[in-house]
Amino acid sequence: MTEKITIALAGNPNVGKTSIFNSITGSKQHVGNWPGVTVERKIGKKVHNDVMMEIVDLPGTYSLTAYSLDEIIARDFIIEEKPDVVVQVIDATNLERNMYLTTQLMELGVRLVIALNMTDLALAKGDNINEKKMQEFLEVPVISTIGSKGTGIEGLLDAVTEELHKTRVTENVFNYDNQIEERAEKLGVVLDSDPYFAHYPSRWFSLKLLEGDENIIKKAKESGSYPEIQKILNETDAEILEAKVADQRYKTIQTMLRQVCNINTCRLTGSDMVDRVVTNKVLGIPIFLSLMWAAFEITFTFATPFMNMIDIFFGWMAETATTVIPVPWMASLVGEGMIAGVGSVIIFLPNILLLFFMISLMEDSGYMARAAFIMDKIMSKVGLHGKSFIPLVMGFGCNVPAIMATRTIEDTRDRLITILITPFMSCGARLPVYVLLAGAFFGRDAGVVIFSLYALGILVAVVSAKLMRSTILKGEDTPFIMELPSYKIPTLRGSLIHMWERGKIYLKKAGTIILIGVVGVWLLASIPAPGSSGTFASEEIYGTTESMIGMIGQALEPLVTPLGFDWKIAVALVFGVVAKEIVVGSMGVLYGVGDNEENLSNILAAGAMTPLAALGLMVFTLLYVPCFACIGVIKRETGSWKWTLFQLAYGTTLAWVFAFVIYQVGTRMGLLA
Amino acid sequence: MNEKTLDFIEPETSVKVLKVTGRKSSRKRILDMGLTPGTRVDVIKRAPLGDPVEFKLKGYNLSLRKKEAETVLVEIVK
Ligand SMILES: Nc1nc2c(ncn2[C@@H]2O[C@H](COP(=O)(O)OP(=O)(O)OP(=O)(O)O)[C@@H](O)[C@H]2O)c(=O)[nH]1
Ligand SMILES: [Mg+2]
Repeated sequence: MTEKITIALAGNPNVGKTSIFNSITGSKQHVGNWPGVTVERKIGKKVHNDVMMEIVDLPGTYSLTAYSLDEIIARDFIIEEKPDVVVQVIDATNLERNMYLTTQLMELGVRLVIALNMTDLALAKGDNINEKKMQEFLEVPVISTIGSKGTGIEGLLDAVTEELHKTRVTENVFNYDNQIEERAEKLGVVLDSDPYFAHYPSRWFSLKLLEGDENIIKKAKESGSYPEIQKILNETDAEILEAKVADQRYKTIQTMLRQVCNINTCRLTGSDMVDRVVTNKVLGIPIFLSLMWAAFEITFTFATPFMNMIDIFFGWMAETATTVIPVPWMASLVGEGMIAGVGSVIIFLPNILLLFFMISLMEDSGYMARAAFIMDKIMSKVGLHGKSFIPLVMGFGCNVPAIMATRTIEDTRDRLITILITPFMSCGARLPVYVLLAGAFFGRDAGVVIFSLYALGILVAVVSAKLMRSTILKGEDTPFIMELPSYKIPTLRGSLIHMWERGKIYLKKAGTIILIGVVGVWLLASIPAPGSSGTFASEEIYGTTESMIGMIGQALEPLVTPLGFDWKIAVALVFGVVAKEIVVGSMGVLYGVGDNEENLSNILAAGAMTPLAALGLMVFTLLYVPCFACIGVIKRETGSWKWTLFQLAYGTTLAWVFAFVIYQVGTRMGLLA
Repeated sequence: MNEKTLDFIEPETSVKVLKVTGRKSSRKRILDMGLTPGTRVDVIKRAPLGDPVEFKLKGYNLSLRKKEAETVLVEIVK
């Protein structure tokens, strides 16, 4: 018989919980060198010593007092769901602050095992930690690990199974002064007599009350014994107690650390030296801008040769398909529908891979948190937080994880604004549209045009934030308290894995949603419109106004004529809501690239639209309704259809107005003619 | 008295925390992060645009906006 148990991986942010989770379960969850990478619980399974373990990777938290949504998720799991064993992952280079959480976990009386992680870095720094002594002092198992390499994982799991079968004796390792102990005891008596509190260890609850944990006080208020509790709490000034509890926890930790380790307090680490340059007063901003520009340049220039190769390959495929398949409509479906449609999207895989590679370098090096540090001042001008900057940067990759990343923002209004403006950050899926159109219409200036689109997205996001801040979502500034992790050299392997994971998602999307989308477009382009005399998939009606799609497109056309778009674009934009790449995919289908020598960009440049309309179309694609996946995540994270619809309406209105102004004003002024 | 608030301390100076004041939610967070009375804090630098400020304490780096630093009473240590 195998036992089934639940193990929670808890700890401060950025200590390597997910790295250890990945080592144990063999999964490839997102790891990065900044606090707040994991924002939801992730579950994995592992059988060890005949024990079926359900491992839960939690978001990081500095204390069992939670401030932001990700911390609340971690705290609630530990307190309310009571995992069988809690493994606290500790950063060995930062023991003192990490153990602050340990004190609280021990007071909570959970079965605790400590994974002393990043021991490689501690060793390199010259720290000497005696785990044996630490284990004796704390009376919990302490196991050294190196999460990123998977070292020590077996030992950790052994310790977990062993701990499971021990009968626990809860001793108070951490003691406070008389004043606090007395109050805690008094409170404990009240709590023990009220079944409402039976779910929580009374000493832990009492201490939480004394340190002024607002959530715990709220819980207590709902009980019948609150008047009594309040009386005890009012005996002393809350502010003094609160400082004392924190202070004495840290004092005990210091006492222990003096006995168990020898920490090299040489003040300047390598990381500090790097930081002196990178966030330097004079160089900081230029370095930041150059890095952004370099990331952008590399994403585009390095991709070009690969894109040409993919282009040639799909061209050949489409041609072969049309000549080999004898049935004309089938040849058209495969050649003009599937291959042209999907091919016009897959061609951008190199861009997507490079884009995510660059983002992952930023994440793993530790620069991401610095970017937030540098940009905080600017963000505060629009009423936001440096922390909002991280989701925005991630939004360049994909808006969906970016919107999830807002969970680390403490203030709900700040978070809501960040969610609402993140879709204006130009994600990888919109890139194909720009590369195609900018390449077709702006030739050598394509790079500048695309860069301006990214800039416009940022500008719209920032101005919108300011607008919302000063109208519908007013609020005070929230405290900015952020850890700056030490720099680490990103591993090629780590970045490649990250890049490949995202590449796989892109390919999967191309093979599923996008394939279905383009086949849908092909079908609608092949079915004769009611009243048309043409036959299914015949050349006379395919993709013309005689087809179903032509009918739909013409119905929509009046909406987009003022923007200089024809009905084909209108249809492409509608399908683009499913996934933005489909804008390109359906243009591929509709402008019939399959059996044509020329590629899509040549056809477009030959007169399907004017350069101004093309520019407007790019801006429209940037700002209008995000994709289905993104709409779904906005709804989930805001918990409100009202805000979701607000985002869609706001974005689409802006998109229309911008495209209108570009086309109409530009045409009148004779620009780009 | 050389009691000052943390936002007034020049970079490359070391201080000792005396007290954390300010609004309740930020106060508790600041304490949780280890700025308890008696803790030694090194002021590392200001961000390129002047705010926030980076500190080193308990072996790790923390950044606070001046507005938060203002709520931390400190004295300079040699
Ligand atoms: N040198 C070294 N680096 C490590 C070790 N464990 C993790 N890392 C790195 O530390 C960083 C943080 O790792 P994560 O696993 O994302 O940390 P986390 O605790 O899940 O972080 P959050 O989800 O943000 O709370 C990454 O850059 C890892 O590659 C280790 O033992 N040694
Ligand atoms: Mg994680």
